[in-house]
Amino acid sequence: MDFLPHTDADDRAMLEAIGMSEIADLFEPIPAEVKLDRPLDVPPSLSEPELLEHLAQVAARNLGAGLTGFAGGGAYDHHLPSAVKALASRAEFATSYTPYQPELSQGVLQAVYEFQTSLCEIYGMEVANASLYDGANALTEAVNLTVRATKREKALVGATVHPHYVDVLRTYTAGLELDIEVVPFGDDGTVDWRSVDTSDAACVVVQSPNFFGRLEDVTAANDVAHGGGALAIAVTDPTAMGIIAAPGDQGADVAVGEGASLGNPTVYGGPYVGFFATKLDLVRQVPGRIAGETTDADGKRSFVLTLQAREQHIRRSKATSNVCTNQTLMAIAATIHLAWLGPGGLQRMGELCARRTAFAAGLLAEIPGCSIRFEGPRFKELVLETPVPGHDLSAALARRGFLAGPALGRWFPELDNCVLIAVTEKRTEDDIRGLVEAIEKEMAER
Amino acid sequence: MSTLERSAGTRIPEGETFPLIFERSREGRRAWSLPEVGVDAPSLDELIPADQRRAAPPRLPEVSELDLVRHYTRLSQRNWAIDVGAYPLGSCTMKYNPKVAEDAAAMPGFSRLHPMADDDLAQGALELLGTLEKALCNATGMARLTLQPAAGAQGELTGLLIMRAHHKKQKSERRRVIIPDSAHGTNPASVSLAGWKAEEVRSDDRGLVDLEALEKALDDDVAGIMLTNPNTLGLFERDIVEIGRMVHEIGGLLYYDGANFNSIVGLCRPGDMGFDIVHMNLHKTFATPHGGGGPGSGPLAVSDRLEKFLPKPVLSWDEGAERWFWDDDRPDSIGRIHSFFGNFGINVRAYTYLRSLGPEGLKSVAEHAVLNANYLRVLISEAFPTAYPGTCMHEFVATAKPLKKFGVKGMDVAKRLIDLGYHPPTVYFPLVVEEALMVEPTETESKETIDGLAAALNQIAHEAETDPDLLHNAPVTTPSRRPNEAEAARHLKVRWTPE
Repeated sequence: MDFLPHTDADDRAMLEAIGMSEIADLFEPIPAEVKLDRPLDVPPSLSEPELLEHLAQVAARNLGAGLTGFAGGGAYDHHLPSAVKALASRAEFATSYTPYQPELSQGVLQAVYEFQTSLCEIYGMEVANASLYDGANALTEAVNLTVRATKREKALVGATVHPHYVDVLRTYTAGLELDIEVVPFGDDGTVDWRSVDTSDAACVVVQSPNFFGRLEDVTAANDVAHGGGALAIAVTDPTAMGIIAAPGDQGADVAVGEGASLGNPTVYGGPYVGFFATKLDLVRQVPGRIAGETTDADGKRSFVLTLQAREQHIRRSKATSNVCTNQTLMAIAATIHLAWLGPGGLQRMGELCARRTAFAAGLLAEIPGCSIRFEGPRFKELVLETPVPGHDLSAALARRGFLAGPALGRWFPELDNCVLIAVTEKRTEDDIRGLVEAIEKEMAER
Repeated sequence: MSTLERSAGTRIPEGETFPLIFERSREGRRAWSLPEVGVDAPSLDELIPADQRRAAPPRLPEVSELDLVRHYTRLSQRNWAIDVGAYPLGSCTMKYNPKVAEDAAAMPGFSRLHPMADDDLAQGALELLGTLEKALCNATGMARLTLQPAAGAQGELTGLLIMRAHHKKQKSERRRVIIPDSAHGTNPASVSLAGWKAEEVRSDDRGLVDLEALEKALDDDVAGIMLTNPNTLGLFERDIVEIGRMVHEIGGLLYYDGANFNSIVGLCRPGDMGFDIVHMNLHKTFATPHGGGGPGSGPLAVSDRLEKFLPKPVLSWDEGAERWFWDDDRPDSIGRIHSFFGNFGINVRAYTYLRSLGPEGLKSVAEHAVLNANYLRVLISEAFPTAYPGTCMHEFVATAKPLKKFGVKGMDVAKRLIDLGYHPPTVYFPLVVEEALMVEPTETESKETIDGLAAALNQIAHEAETDPDLLHNAPVTTPSRRPNEAEAARHLKVRWTPE
């Protein structure tokens, strides 16, 4: 099935209008020496029912998708409201593109404006862009912004920032030769920012809740950044923003985060959405698209893409970023999810995560041989230490119907017997007790 | 009746402003439905120190679920889309996005899969990605690829970082990357982000890379060249083999920007043209929905000698254990480029499209994209001549310059086209053509649609002469008419605030 409307008669009539006798004539500009003389070696065409059956069989081999989800590490099994799914998948949003013609794009432009407003509200900020690729990309763009704004080339990154984000930051900035310095964490699983020298740093990067689920002292990180003339970047889980202080209110200059927990499924890591918000005085350094309000020829409120002179299609090599296509549809889904939640729902979501995580922590700590690493305030994730290598434990739990992890040894060798356990608003008391029982059994059988 | 207001009940009364979701908010209303905490756990006050607690909740909208549903349904109707009508936006490949791919990506086995799940729990996903990689490598004539880049621009940066790693390995310091003056803005922006300097070479009177200018630009300080082929003028770079020879001779690499790969898939391959690094835009060539500006997917393919630099982890097959796994043990890798494995849900859709079409279908797609573009080009050539002569590929760049004498600009043509029921082409790009109209009808539009589009454009050319104000005042049928962009930048308002 190729989805083409052309009949043989159409082909002939169109070729005749062009003055050609066959389709191959259209490809005269391609040199003969590079023309392909055989069909591509790709799998054969399937009809729709065959294709769906094939895909169902492939999907069925993703055993992880059927397990009760306690996995974390930057992706979480949150409730995706039916209304959000239905609205965000509307074809008018999904099958449109960048709103270059605002008259035909008020839907997307206004939705992006609402997204920017929602993001500013939850993060305590003044301006947000229309989205970036994912959390790691948002952090990288934030660091690049601070490098431009301060004309300094060093980033001080907390060791409790998601290790993948730090990897991406290093990869992305290899050509710019930035100095990325990791600030270690202490026994409580958080970074002690107070003695860090920021006098030659562009930025301090703090993640809270951090990779271990612990709340960091964001205010201290921001203060130490500003003390040395650096800017402060906070990596923040938006689902915590109903109950935890907003990074903007704690003094952060840029707030970024992975937004997929709002409105989007875990879908093996993407498409996700990078949240990026900052203060108005940095607006001209912001990467990517921004929707702005204006009026039209009749004086009616309208929305357009604004400050485009920052962007690659205008500023080319001097643009604030190379980003063009972003994750708008994911941002729209997040906006709709936030409107579904409202202030009360976001509070409830946060309370469910934090208190059910605390409940789980209490039960897990009672299992003989197990303990909770890094005690202290946390949000929806904890580090469980057992006598067993973390990877073995998560594999064993999968056999018992639970998805836990990731195991932390691959990034932190000293935490080889540790796994992350995340508890979202979807996990019931029965789920939690089931997980605890599974770990107890596993421990008992070893 | 306007093109956006055809469906009954969506029309907004004259003068009335369509509210923001925030303006529909009424204190105490709610759409949310979540359980009570219900477990025996400490209170929030006990769990979270006061100085870390949020003082007041964010001012999000308080609406009923029906308010929410109507708001976003009606908002969506204020938007053009492929599913609504023709969308010949040059360079963007706005073709039909098959519904079967949506069903595929929504299968719980894919949508509920967690990216931290062990490889053994994700064998279906890995197999799908492995098959997709093999097919895309075959279609481009490359050795291996990464599916991590979330969009074309991220693929570009990945490719440039690989180029950088290659030269570093060769102990060769290079600082410049050549790009044609017709290139997309992402090319020079990506070059800067990679820490290099972009150097433009001009197009010649054929609209192709000027070989003399290229020869002059090439020296051992040049890391490589980025080319879109067919280029942004919709023209195939006929001298590509010679260009490849010239660039390789000075030790540079050839980067293929796959923005226009849809016009050659199944007919010729970047690898056979001499390219070392290739990105594809799966949202273009492989028909995944563009989502109002994203997501896309921008896989990056390389030749054999560059494979070791690919981002990690690299998808691998363990012959002995007969299982797929992510290989992190890649000492020469440039590192990770995405939080996880790229836009997996988009890659599932691209795979579905690929499996639907098969080899013959893919070739037919390219053939009909080129047929449609040339047919439209010929139908409007008198009123809107192309900037460069000859057959085009999947798109062409016409100029509205002949209408200047009537005081009509390319943007006026675009706005009038909206009133006649079509999304306009890309205007004012590429920069090398005056009053550019970049038109890409795509292969999924029928002859009747193209006939209608051509008739509308020809009518506009006539109106430019007889009634230019009709064009200057267009559009008149849309929810917004020529919103003031300068005003938006001058009095910056980028978020709603309560009164």
